[in-house]
Amino acid sequence: MATTGKSKTKETSPSKTVKVYKGWCKRCGICVAFCPRQALETDKDGYPSLKDPRGCDGCGWCELMCPDFAIVVEDAKS
Amino acid sequence: MPNGRHIIYDYLRTTKRFPHMWCPGCGLGTFLGAFLRAVDKSGYTKDQIVLISGIGCSGRISTYADFNTLHTTHGRALTFATGIKLTKPGLKVIVIMGDGDATAIGGNHFIHAARRNLDITAIVINNSVYGMTGGQVSPETPLDVRTTTSPYGNVESPFDICKLAEAAGAAFVARSTVYHVKLMERLIGRAIDRKGFDVLEIISQCPVQYGRRVGLKSPVEMLQWQKDHAVTQEKARGMSEEDLKDKIRIGALVDNEAPTYQEKLDAMKQSFKGVE
Ligand SMILES: Cc1ncc(C[n+]2csc(CCOP(=O)(O)OP(=O)(O)O)c2C)c(N)n1
Ligand code: SF4
Ligand code: SF4
Repeated sequence: MATTGKSKTKETSPSKTVKVYKGWCKRCGICVAFCPRQALETDKDGYPSLKDPRGCDGCGWCELMCPDFAIVVEDAKS
Repeated sequence: MPNGRHIIYDYLRTTKRFPHMWCPGCGLGTFLGAFLRAVDKSGYTKDQIVLISGIGCSGRISTYADFNTLHTTHGRALTFATGIKLTKPGLKVIVIMGDGDATAIGGNHFIHAARRNLDITAIVINNSVYGMTGGQVSPETPLDVRTTTSPYGNVESPFDICKLAEAAGAAFVARSTVYHVKLMERLIGRAIDRKGFDVLEIISQCPVQYGRRVGLKSPVEMLQWQKDHAVTQEKARGMSEEDLKDKIRIGALVDNEAPTYQEKLDAMKQSFKGVE
């Protein structure tokens, strides 16, 4: 599985993508509020989006916390 | 469905309507994710697992997860689980209940399942209230809280689910909050791996029927509350009872080996062999 495999890159990699599936997202705001690197922001419609891919270190927390299975962090660390 | 190669999507019954029925920011979805990852790591196949739930928002978990599932009556999930475990001991039986389900209408079944040390994993999702039916007081609602059925404040002291389980004889007792998502996943995994009656209390957020009644205006505020009030066992050891008063102890609280109901029954059967 892509998301369970241990990432070998220790440094923040600019290739991380946080995919938000808007069809399932209920805009609860949890991911934006708790991202340890404040890498997410709320777009004009209230959905989360990545401010700058370099801000995300792929920790995967947003994916684990999302109550709606609406976030997939590609190449997440955990 | 989100298009990611992700274990969660292998275990969700995506023939059901998604997004799921839970309110925005409800802790149940985060719990379900942790639960599915823990099951995936446990090595059990979908067919080896029976997931049994009662009625309530938490009861809906059995609808969404792709195992052998039983969505039973309110408060009676453990009775169905007892029957299944005794007739099909080879199956891994996991029960998910709300706090009302487990400690109000189902309280009697809860203590007796623990006393028997049945080989069942019992998970209680405690959101301090009856979520599904509109925020009525539950045996887990803290004192003084105003709910739809305690409009002037709750005058009944809540149970400590973990202490109740321990006193009733549960072999393994643990607690996590939804905020501590990785701990929650590890404890679910530990409970599944063990034999005997395992109780896992999950402190979860019901933003719609509970949070707004106690001044926590959003799911984010409720998770922050969990973060601020949880203390690990290690940390709790260095704290006074006074300091621990409004805190939630998280981690494994009890971990004992004891013969299970099934083992005792088997031993009894053995003892009858050769008797005329
Ligand atoms: C025998 C019976 N009594 C009452 C009900 C109504 N009822 C449905 S869910 C529920 C309580 C739900 O609270 P809880 O178990 O804490 O689960 P939650 O919805 O908070 O997850 C009640 C009283 C019922 N379905 N069956
Ligand atoms: S993966 Fe971690 S750092 Fe990246 S957006 Fe999600 S929570 Fe933030
Ligand atoms: S009523 Fe509460 S427990 Fe039920 S889905 Fe909504 S937030 Fe969750």
